[in-house]
Amino acid sequence: MSTATVAVRHRLAERGIDRQLLLLVPATVFVVALFIYPFAYGIAVSLQPAEGGMLAAYRSFFTDAYQRDTIMTTLVIALPAALLNVLASVPIAYRMRGRFRGKRVLTTALVVPITLGTVLTAEGLLNFLGPAGWFNRFLTTTGLADAPVRLTNNYWGVFFSLVITGFPFAFLLVLSYLSGIDPSLERAAATLGAGWRQRFLRITLPLLAPGLATTFCLTFVLAFSVFPSAILVGDPSGSTRVISIAAYEAAYVRYDYAGGAAAAIIMGVVELLVISIVLGLRGLLYTGSTAGGKG
Amino acid sequence: MRRAIVASPAAWLVWGAVTIFFVGLAGVIGSVVVNSFGLRWFDSWLPEAWTTQWYGQAWDEFDLLPVLTVTILVCLLVAGISVLVGVPAAYVLARRSFPGGRLLYLLFLLPILMPPITYGIPLATVLYKYGLAGHLSGVVLANLVPSIPFVILTMTPFIEQIDPTVERAARMCGARTRHVFGRILAPLLIPGILASTILVVVRTVGMFELTFLTAGPDSQTLVVALFYSMSAAGIRAQQSVDAMAVIYCVMMLVLLVLALRFVNPTQLVARVKEDPE
Repeated sequence: MSTATVAVRHRLAERGIDRQLLLLVPATVFVVALFIYPFAYGIAVSLQPAEGGMLAAYRSFFTDAYQRDTIMTTLVIALPAALLNVLASVPIAYRMRGRFRGKRVLTTALVVPITLGTVLTAEGLLNFLGPAGWFNRFLTTTGLADAPVRLTNNYWGVFFSLVITGFPFAFLLVLSYLSGIDPSLERAAATLGAGWRQRFLRITLPLLAPGLATTFCLTFVLAFSVFPSAILVGDPSGSTRVISIAAYEAAYVRYDYAGGAAAAIIMGVVELLVISIVLGLRGLLYTGSTAGGKG
Repeated sequence: MRRAIVASPAAWLVWGAVTIFFVGLAGVIGSVVVNSFGLRWFDSWLPEAWTTQWYGQAWDEFDLLPVLTVTILVCLLVAGISVLVGVPAAYVLARRSFPGGRLLYLLFLLPILMPPITYGIPLATVLYKYGLAGHLSGVVLANLVPSIPFVILTMTPFIEQIDPTVERAARMCGARTRHVFGRILAPLLIPGILASTILVVVRTVGMFELTFLTAGPDSQTLVVALFYSMSAAGIRAQQSVDAMAVIYCVMMLVLLVLALRFVNPTQLVARVKEDPE
């Protein structure tokens, strides 16, 4: 080995580059080959439609109301579901942040619907909320409703399926953020005479807000990709024709690969747009240590 | 802090909401289970008679043995490959700082932040182009996309817990990188590797979108077979579809019980630090 290569290697090592970084290569190759390359390929395919100019696939997506409205449909389902899941989690997690008997059992029970996933939830909702299901039977026998309420194969079926899988997810995240906030901060505020409302609004909520933004983003990603439940418990040709159905139909039913890729990319862009707005707002908040004491 | 002896209205509201959620959840799962055992169930609270015939029927009609074999095979391959590939990468990302490190970290984070359908459709197109989709290999490759980053994310805290001086001591004694990995890190990382393996298995069994987009007729996993049998409703008896759903449910719950021996429930959702209890 010549002195020159030793010197180069030495200088690189000083900047943190040496042969150990080769351990990163397999993972990087996988992610680039299976994520970045397909994405770039998808963009290229979407720009080369069978007919029309470069942007024809995008133009036809935005001019066709049947396609364009899927963006709104998806947002109308996903945003309220994600908001409800996060907002409902806050008071419940706030009350349960301490230690109590059965906390582990409760959190375990909450993991069950996340693990079961949307396909099984859809099957259960069809049985449970269907016209002859237990829920409608309960409503009609107690006299709360005269006729069975229609809750499946429409917007509400999809919404409930998103709440059942999304709420535990949001709750567990909020709970872990809340238990990361040092309780002595709140105790100090209580010593100084702050009431329950002040303690929550002035101490806990500001420390929790960045965590809430992150939780909202992750819950929104889950809700935004409703595909199985929108088909199974929804009304896939009408009120719950979400953008993932539009992308799937274009690529696998009409074999219009440019259209399918364009729809998938529009879906990704809309999703990233919502997330970056939320994360941008999060940047305005205090994001630092939530531990108290000397620091 | 003071504790009220009588529950306040707010407490009632909170516990009421939790109860309603769990009643709904029990109804959702319970109605599937009850229907799968019911002989006829039309206009009553419970079926008129009970039977287990639907399970046998589901097993034969949906060819569940090959489907289960494929499911297990896909899970083991995905978990094995993603651990082999992910752990070394997690080690370097956790220990070293180098130019472009943050960018690389972002690259590994992206597949988790995107909805699977968004990258699944272009990915399936590419896999079809190379003749990989429609077979087991395509399903495994597609499932690796979110799994490798997931292993990296779950392994990072486990690696950070190991004292770097242990490795330095090993190097002082003349160990090379592969010895450090095989003799020092691997034994210390066993709990973390077990945890991330089981989490990847749970996620792969439940991963619908990517498998759905890349699977062919003989490479369906259980959740995709369940979806097909549900969307073709009317051809098969609803009860045998429910029997299949119960089989899927039992498989998931067994995995979940297994997983919870190694991880705490919140880790299934995301990487969070342990409760300071």
